[in-house]
Amino acid sequence: MCGIAGFVNLDGLPADPAVLEKMIRTLHYRGPDGTGAHLDGPLGLAHNRLSIIDIGGGHQPMECDDGSLWISFNGEIFNFVELRADLEKKGHRFRTHSDTEVILKAYQQYGVECVHYLNGQWAFAIWDASNHRLFLSRDRLGVRPLFHAVFGNTFLFGSEVKALLAHPEADAKLNLEALRQVFTFWFPIPPETIFKNVHELPPAHSLIVENGKIHLQRYWQLDYSRVGTDASPAAEKRYLEEFNELLLDATRIRLRADVPVGAYLSGGLDSSIIAALAKQCVQSSLCTFSIAFDDPALDESVYQREVVNALGTQHQMIRCSSSDISAVFPDVIMHTERPVIRTAPAPMYLLSKLVRDRGFKVVLTGEGSDEFLGGYDIYKEAKIRAFWAAQIGSEWRPNLLRRLYPYLAGMQKQSPAYLRAFFHVEHDSVANPYFSHLPRWDVTSKTQAFFSQDVRSELNGRDAYAGLKANIPDDFAGWGTFARAQYLEAAFLLPNYLLSSQGDRVAMAHSVEGRYPFLDYRIVEFSTRLPICLKMKVLREKYLLKKAFGDLVPAAVLQRPKQPYRAPDVASFFDRSTGRARHDYVDELLSPDRVRADGVFDANAVQRLVNKARAGNVTSFAENAALVGILSTQILIEKFISHQQEPISYGANWAASSPVHY
Amino acid sequence: MEQIGQRVRQFIIDNFVFGDASHLADEDSFLDNGLIDSMGILTLVVFVEKTYDIAVQDEEIVPSNWDSVNRIANFIGSKLANKETAVKVLANKCL
Repeated sequence: MCGIAGFVNLDGLPADPAVLEKMIRTLHYRGPDGTGAHLDGPLGLAHNRLSIIDIGGGHQPMECDDGSLWISFNGEIFNFVELRADLEKKGHRFRTHSDTEVILKAYQQYGVECVHYLNGQWAFAIWDASNHRLFLSRDRLGVRPLFHAVFGNTFLFGSEVKALLAHPEADAKLNLEALRQVFTFWFPIPPETIFKNVHELPPAHSLIVENGKIHLQRYWQLDYSRVGTDASPAAEKRYLEEFNELLLDATRIRLRADVPVGAYLSGGLDSSIIAALAKQCVQSSLCTFSIAFDDPALDESVYQREVVNALGTQHQMIRCSSSDISAVFPDVIMHTERPVIRTAPAPMYLLSKLVRDRGFKVVLTGEGSDEFLGGYDIYKEAKIRAFWAAQIGSEWRPNLLRRLYPYLAGMQKQSPAYLRAFFHVEHDSVANPYFSHLPRWDVTSKTQAFFSQDVRSELNGRDAYAGLKANIPDDFAGWGTFARAQYLEAAFLLPNYLLSSQGDRVAMAHSVEGRYPFLDYRIVEFSTRLPICLKMKVLREKYLLKKAFGDLVPAAVLQRPKQPYRAPDVASFFDRSTGRARHDYVDELLSPDRVRADGVFDANAVQRLVNKARAGNVTSFAENAALVGILSTQILIEKFISHQQEPISYGANWAASSPVHY
Repeated sequence: MEQIGQRVRQFIIDNFVFGDASHLADEDSFLDNGLIDSMGILTLVVFVEKTYDIAVQDEEIVPSNWDSVNRIANFIGSKLANKETAVKVLANKCL
């Protein structure tokens, strides 16, 4: 796990080592164990290393024997042992025991098609000197980040945008289209980023810079066109056997490291199963880490403790208060490099600090199960809405929606007529290809009411969904409702929010690498073949997962109602008992003068929202999302755009409570 | 009736409209304009119950009663009229 950065001067001028150094230095936290650089004519290639595999031999950038290939690599290739054996059979010789060298040899053997042989999470750059080709690639699911841009005559790339912005030719400007995407979908959709002219390499894509031309190519696609239909007992048994083997192997190869590997525990099913499997594999003590919240409605520590007791792990927990979230929030945005509409990344940032402070660099975590094995409420919600739309006059069908969200007070007392309006239940709405996500996107879009007149005029007439539609497979409309909902979660929310703002960025902030067994591409491909009823049986989520591994976790965890991971939003920033902001930066960045000067939001509207927040009267999703979105945008402008040359640090006076041991 | 409308309108503006409220017409749908969500409608019901001392039944919480300033004003008007009638009937019985 590391940080990579570099550039190619498209006009052929020699690369300036001082610029390269400036770029890679911005990513020091991604790889504090060593820095390396390679210069070759117009190319500069740099690397910050977090040493995990082959600590003595894995220095980067790494060259191939004859110096014709150089690589700077962030991530892990988990099947490097098997791949190396294959390549050795083909005559390749290895100097190190690292996975990095395996990518180089695979490239030598297969060229740009080498990515098909890799099972892992990566973002890398290979400089093919003999062909004057720069080859960039990002893993299938988008675990590791990679950004690129052309400024002046230079093609730039890096693990994070700040490395690109350190180049003297770079210019940080706000991309309003991406801003609207955040205020609709919760994140910018690649290749857009919140910075104008800076692009994100989408997951499952490679990019080739050759002869002054830039060529983007998709090498893998999440495909739901062949969903299985045979769910007979015999077929179910075959699926179960296959899944059992796959998840065990996916976990096993993710324990490959020359440093100890820990695990996150949420208190839910997925992370508990992964921790249980890891415990079986390592056959020694396993260290686990979790977050507890002061607010009992959000806290899951009771279930975390159940798992810890059942598995006998060595557990450490961080208790997160509202004030802790507010204290670290500016630093979190410095890392997410995009506005967020929820504060949930902040506790994850505190959690990774705990992991780092305990001497760990690697953790296993449970993301991906909800997306691919049928866990999300939004899938159920879509199912219920479709069921209701088929019989709109039904008295009891709306009750299913109320039952789905027991933790949302506003849902419980709604009349069917209002539920219908809020959930877009109409006869013909099921035919809309985005049916499952319309309520979420619709309610989030309400936050755009806070955009300034200038921003509205700028965006007027452009299709807010254009970036989404450009990333939808051709045959998408022909897939079933459930498959489409899964795709929208797995291809958009997962890489662009969960694995980035809530994943890589806040973990790497403290030099911690997350590993995701459920995101092994073999499991993902298996899940696309799996009949839907083996994912969600009527309204019982994750049927196959529970059947395969349910006995590994305590009954209390297996039977508990699903609870989404949430953190306090507006309450993190304003103390309703005093009516004051918890930290000065909140007042400063949301003040009418400041909002007016930055020009993105309507100062009066923001002031009214702030007043409502001070009084403790912000209750709705849209208002919470608006306040967090506005504040994070203001922080982003402050940190990256107004002070581009010298990003300032608030040095927030944060002091999360001490970790609790038990 | 006009007074009721004004009071309701002011409550909507104070609580749910953050931008320019001058465009909000009394017949504009709150749902179509994205002003009110599931918590918002409940807040509104509580406000009306307290301000006008009336009890709103669950089955009365439907868009036809609540989805614009005019609709709410009409709804409150008819509730108050019913209440008055009920008081008169009760008074007649007691006398």
